[in-house]
Amino acid sequence: MKGVRHYPGFLAMTIICLVVLYAPLAVVAVYSFNGSTSITQWGGVSLRWYGDVFTGPEAGRFGQAAWNSLTIALIASTAATAIATAAALAMIRGGVFRGRQASFALINLPLMVPEIVIAVSTLIFFSTIGLTTGYLTILLAHLTFCIPFAYLPIAARLEGIEGHYEQAARDLYATRAQAFRLILLPLMMPGIVSGWLLAFIISLDDFIITNFVKGAGMETLPTAIFGSVKQGIKPNIMAISTLMLGVSVLFVTAAYLINRKGQKTP
Amino acid sequence: MTAAVDIHEAVKRYGSVTALHRVDLSISDNEFFTLLGPSGCGKTTLLRMIAGFEDVTEGEVRLFGENIARLEPNRRPVNTVFQHYALFPHMTVIENVAFGLKMKGVDAATRRGRAGRMLDMVHLSAFADRMPDQLSGGQQQRVALARALAPEPKVLLLDEPLSALDLKLRQAMRVELKQLQQDTGITFIFVTHDQEEALTMSDRIAVMSEGRVQQVGTARDIYEAPVNRFVADFIGETNLLEVDVARVEGGTAEVVLPGGHRITCPSATTAPGRHHLSIRPERISLSAEADLTATVDRVVYLGTDLQVMVRLEGGTPFSLRMQNAARVSPPEPGATVGLHLEEGAARLLAD
Repeated sequence: MKGVRHYPGFLAMTIICLVVLYAPLAVVAVYSFNGSTSITQWGGVSLRWYGDVFTGPEAGRFGQAAWNSLTIALIASTAATAIATAAALAMIRGGVFRGRQASFALINLPLMVPEIVIAVSTLIFFSTIGLTTGYLTILLAHLTFCIPFAYLPIAARLEGIEGHYEQAARDLYATRAQAFRLILLPLMMPGIVSGWLLAFIISLDDFIITNFVKGAGMETLPTAIFGSVKQGIKPNIMAISTLMLGVSVLFVTAAYLINRKGQKTP
Repeated sequence: MTAAVDIHEAVKRYGSVTALHRVDLSISDNEFFTLLGPSGCGKTTLLRMIAGFEDVTEGEVRLFGENIARLEPNRRPVNTVFQHYALFPHMTVIENVAFGLKMKGVDAATRRGRAGRMLDMVHLSAFADRMPDQLSGGQQQRVALARALAPEPKVLLLDEPLSALDLKLRQAMRVELKQLQQDTGITFIFVTHDQEEALTMSDRIAVMSEGRVQQVGTARDIYEAPVNRFVADFIGETNLLEVDVARVEGGTAEVVLPGGHRITCPSATTAPGRHHLSIRPERISLSAEADLTATVDRVVYLGTDLQVMVRLEGGTPFSLRMQNAARVSPPEPGATVGLHLEEGAARLLAD
């Protein structure tokens, strides 16, 4: 049988897909090193806009926004990972229980519901219970929609771990807690780390939901960038975007590598 | 003397399905005991009940007199060698072997020494600091054994531990396992579906089928004196003939063979009527003084043996074994032959 590479038009399709997906990113990345103040005129290679991000007139605003983004991503992804780990254990090691199917749907719902719907309903929910929008509401919203992203790699990992290991530990005088801590948790760790990394990136990059629930004066990096862009795109935005792209690529690559390494020793 | 393991009227039900029907078994201390049966017969369920991974629906599991049926697996002084070994992949070989001792609270120096001696015993001292996935299947198997024996369990449970090994290794491990059992003096309960494994290693065997123990006895007992059709057919090869019992008395029966010839043979039943007769193929010879008359279908060459497939008058298929000796000339297909049942060839079954 011929491989997919030999189908007519394979090369053209591939090139079109790659261009559509990555050309905009490449343009932003290249122009972030532009020396000129124009976003279209090339003025030689320079790091001036990276300097501008950290020391320029908007540095304070971006600094605060970046701090908010990082702390929210850190707390939300860590809490979401803990919840997702517990959920995966219940779903995969908990045997058959009533509402198992419904629980699975519930955990993964944020992946299927349009983000704008979550954004609106979350905002309505917060205002109904009288929670003032701000740092806390962003954190809570992020925590919620990060859960399925953390859940998927953790559950996939746990499904690959045979029940025999825990039984062997219990057989060798380990209590339930010891079997979990000494055997199951280390074996799950690649999935947990990779789930955490994904959740972190999803939180860091989120715009729509954050924009709805952030409240006045509170900014994360994506909303701050959007705010700047509304007054016209300056090259420093490209520098920030490229930095965020770099962080994302780094995290997603790490998640992938950790998961793959884990698969070799099931 | 108290039995090492005493299963008393143990029942296991999963919903409406009964996996074990009132099993009674008594396994002596220092015995190599095998649970033998086809898959789905309940042998693994029974083993897991002793280990503590399945709860007992009804009945008792006693370990040296103490009912352990409700104890958590970590509270039972028994250890298991799992079918796929279940070595902890993130720990070295020596850490694996020392795990049980660590959980029992044995101090680091003592457990390192003891785990080392265990590895010595299974000839793997050189591999102490390797990871399990760097070992071959046979080596992993021996690590699993060392790990299960290190905490000095009162009973060692083995769940088809040889089934993942190739034939040569399996044969070598049989000898090693038996030796290990004799050296340690620990009671071994071994689960297998392989009758050859069971016959070569066990002091006693329990043959199981459909959630019931069919027969318990030594290898010789269950081969030579099967009680029913299942055991006769499952252990080795046999010919089953439905016969009329003319007279049965004191463990001996007089039966009427197809063709009208009468023989006396040992009997597992005391009830007259129609029963099955088990006739082992290697205890039949071709002879003029015939108990049965048959027509030869074909002769199959098996190396050390020849298998002669025949049909009795009336068409019942029947087989016999002949040694492949130089002086033997096998019968030709189509020939009519007389079959002589040697002493102990036939046994009347209970069903």
